[in-house]
Amino acid sequence: MTIGVVDIGIGNLGSVRQALYNLGWDAVSVSSRDHFADISHLILPGVGAFAVAMEKLNRADLVQPIQKFALDKRPILGICLGMQLLASQGTEDGINSGLDLIPGIIKPIDASFNLRVPHVGWNEAHHKQKHPLLKNIRDDVDFYFVHSFKFVASNQSDVLAETEYGERFASIVCRDNVVGTQFHPEKSQSNGIRLLENFCSWDGNC
Amino acid sequence: MLKRRIIPVELLEAGRLVKTIGFNNARDVGDPVKSSKVYSDQDADELVIMQIDRTHRNIDTLIKVISKIAEHCFVPLTVGGGVTKIEDARRLLEVGADKILINSAAYRDYDLITQIAKSFGSQAVVVSMDVLFENGDLALFSNCGRMKEAISFRSHVAAVLAAGAGELMLQVINRDGMMQGYDLDLLHLTRSISTAPVIAGSGAGNFMHLKEALEAGADAVACGSLFNFGDNNPLRAKAFLKNYGIPLKKV
Repeated sequence: MTIGVVDIGIGNLGSVRQALYNLGWDAVSVSSRDHFADISHLILPGVGAFAVAMEKLNRADLVQPIQKFALDKRPILGICLGMQLLASQGTEDGINSGLDLIPGIIKPIDASFNLRVPHVGWNEAHHKQKHPLLKNIRDDVDFYFVHSFKFVASNQSDVLAETEYGERFASIVCRDNVVGTQFHPEKSQSNGIRLLENFCSWDGNC
Repeated sequence: MLKRRIIPVELLEAGRLVKTIGFNNARDVGDPVKSSKVYSDQDADELVIMQIDRTHRNIDTLIKVISKIAEHCFVPLTVGGGVTKIEDARRLLEVGADKILINSAAYRDYDLITQIAKSFGSQAVVVSMDVLFENGDLALFSNCGRMKEAISFRSHVAAVLAAGAGELMLQVINRDGMMQGYDLDLLHLTRSISTAPVIAGSGAGNFMHLKEALEAGADAVACGSLFNFGDNNPLRAKAFLKNYGIPLKKV
């Protein structure tokens, strides 16, 4: 089993790779379409803006290989912006197509609730479904969030967990072998590490 | 609901963990990597790591320590002490820091705050302010408490927020290492003029002090001596605070 981490300057890889290493997986960097053949699992981390990240994925010619990886039923995990990139469409800096692996649109966090944006800090994930990703993770435990946009899923059945910040938003999305967390598991101590371990041990079947 | 945070503060001098009193009298209290790992395992919500060398303050030393800490700690790291340019911030974030603490540089260059906020988001810039009370008057100090700044506290807070600071941290030189409690008046004042979250620092000596500051509106409490010297840790602090209904991270 080989874990690949997308490495094209759109996310902070250090903590993710180190967390995987401590769990016993020495992840490989994925930066070109040749790198997909030998990996069993793909992690797409992300920090920054949707439009810039999609442009970089396009320029590196990674969009189709990632979509094909998903079609091959191999597990994909998007983290933070990486989770948002799984959606059909982003609305940050204009309308942009996403990887379109989980139907949904990325929208700004609704500021009308008089909340501080970005949403930064520890907040609870309320489980909506059972899933191998959540094995041995109790309902309602906190994870570490940093984001200004949210994933609005087209199908409620693709929402694995929700978090409340003024309103409820999708904090984990899932569809077949593709999952995404709005929070940073690699910064969420033991529960986050457990989630990463669950992902790496997952065969992609729900 | 967002949770309040308990944040151990780790001061570094020549790469070692130290603790000061009134910003002086630094005593060696161990290895920052080991301590960080222990705090992380004790469910600390974040770590603040600050380099306080007054001479030969070197960003490379800090980067080396942070990259080691990030190998073992999967918790948000707020790091500073000697950050003077955006390149310093970028390098620290690359090795695993999540937020950059700016203090002295803020007085000279508000634009540094703006640059970091624009490049990495406002949540990545925490502005720390060192306050000294002299005959009841409040003065701001930079360079680890050595240089008095002319700007008023209110003006400085307004300026750093306008520049894009995502969070504020308060340190009171008179209370540093005294373990006599936080300055609640300063906390109230800051809450009343800040839209950003406020981390209360300097003075925690027991868990009741944490409760007082959190009930006075602190979004987070920073603790140095409390965890360095007592038989205390974040787990025990939280067990105590839970009795008072303060919202804390569930694990």
